[in-house]
Amino acid sequence: MQVRINGKERDVEAGTTVAMLLRELDAAPQRVAVEINRELVPRSTFEETFLSEGDTIEIVTFVGGG
Amino acid sequence: MSADTYRVGPFEFASRLFVGTGKYANFDLMKASLDASGCQVVTVAIRRDVLAADGKAKPENMLDYLDPERYTILPNTAGCFNAEDAIRSARLSRELLEGMGNPGAKWVKVEVLADKKTLLPEPVGTLQATEKLVAEGFIALVYTNDDPILAKAIKEAGATSVMPAGSPIGSGRGILNPANIELCLEYLKEGDPDYPVVVDAGVGTASDVTVAMELGSDGVLLNTGIAGAREPVRMARAMKQAIEAGRLAYLSGRIPKKRYASASSPLEGTIGQ
Repeated sequence: MQVRINGKERDVEAGTTVAMLLRELDAAPQRVAVEINRELVPRSTFEETFLSEGDTIEIVTFVGGG
Repeated sequence: MSADTYRVGPFEFASRLFVGTGKYANFDLMKASLDASGCQVVTVAIRRDVLAADGKAKPENMLDYLDPERYTILPNTAGCFNAEDAIRSARLSRELLEGMGNPGAKWVKVEVLADKKTLLPEPVGTLQATEKLVAEGFIALVYTNDDPILAKAIKEAGATSVMPAGSPIGSGRGILNPANIELCLEYLKEGDPDYPVVVDAGVGTASDVTVAMELGSDGVLLNTGIAGAREPVRMARAMKQAIEAGRLAYLSGRIPKKRYASASSPLEGTIGQ
């Protein structure tokens, strides 16, 4: 199914959880925060949160800033 | 003399310098500059992570260069141009800091900007974001312009600290309107002398920091002034000393400005009278 991750369309398998997606993308769960459709996904729910067709996902981390 | 500490919400600090982590040539230079500045609070931003599938090398993570025992991390909402994005950004940062166990998890530097050219704060969105974030339990440190009326409204909206700008972000023009910063301080500290006011943005060199502190600010937040200097580590040391000089001068009580000279040496008993 198609989802949008950090502004890019991607194909992911149905039944993918946030935790699975982060593993697939080589993103360290402790170093990122995730939003689906503009709503925060708490880290404690990564394992049980499933992606849906058409979801818009943001995966962010800290960078330098003032 | 007792330690000259101050409080921002639940936090107590001795260093009055807040230093940003952006724009350094590399993370080693950032780390050495932060160390030389003596700061206890560092600001960070959030951005999209570089993912394996992006086809780019995964960059180093800045967090590996920030000692969590030493620094309280203050996430900003930089790059947000409306209240809703600032709120989303604050929630994401809180989630990240909670995962790291950093005490900075509960606070946020609220920035709602008006446009990319000036990066000046957008007052209506700033006020809206402050109200909503405070209602969600955030400790809000709010970046604003040097308007004392707006500063007071932001405090009344529940901000833990108001952070008036000396001049536009990264402009290096220093404290453009000291009279307005003085009015901000007067209004914000009226009947509440310990209310923390941190001048944020525009610092170009050490004397700018000293001026802000001499006016009675509780601290100064800067980034480009150090990161953009030819020798950032040395400039960080200058900023540390500038903070201390300004603070001591403020506490000591400066002499009033006079129109005419006032001799330091006695005028009595001069030879040839």
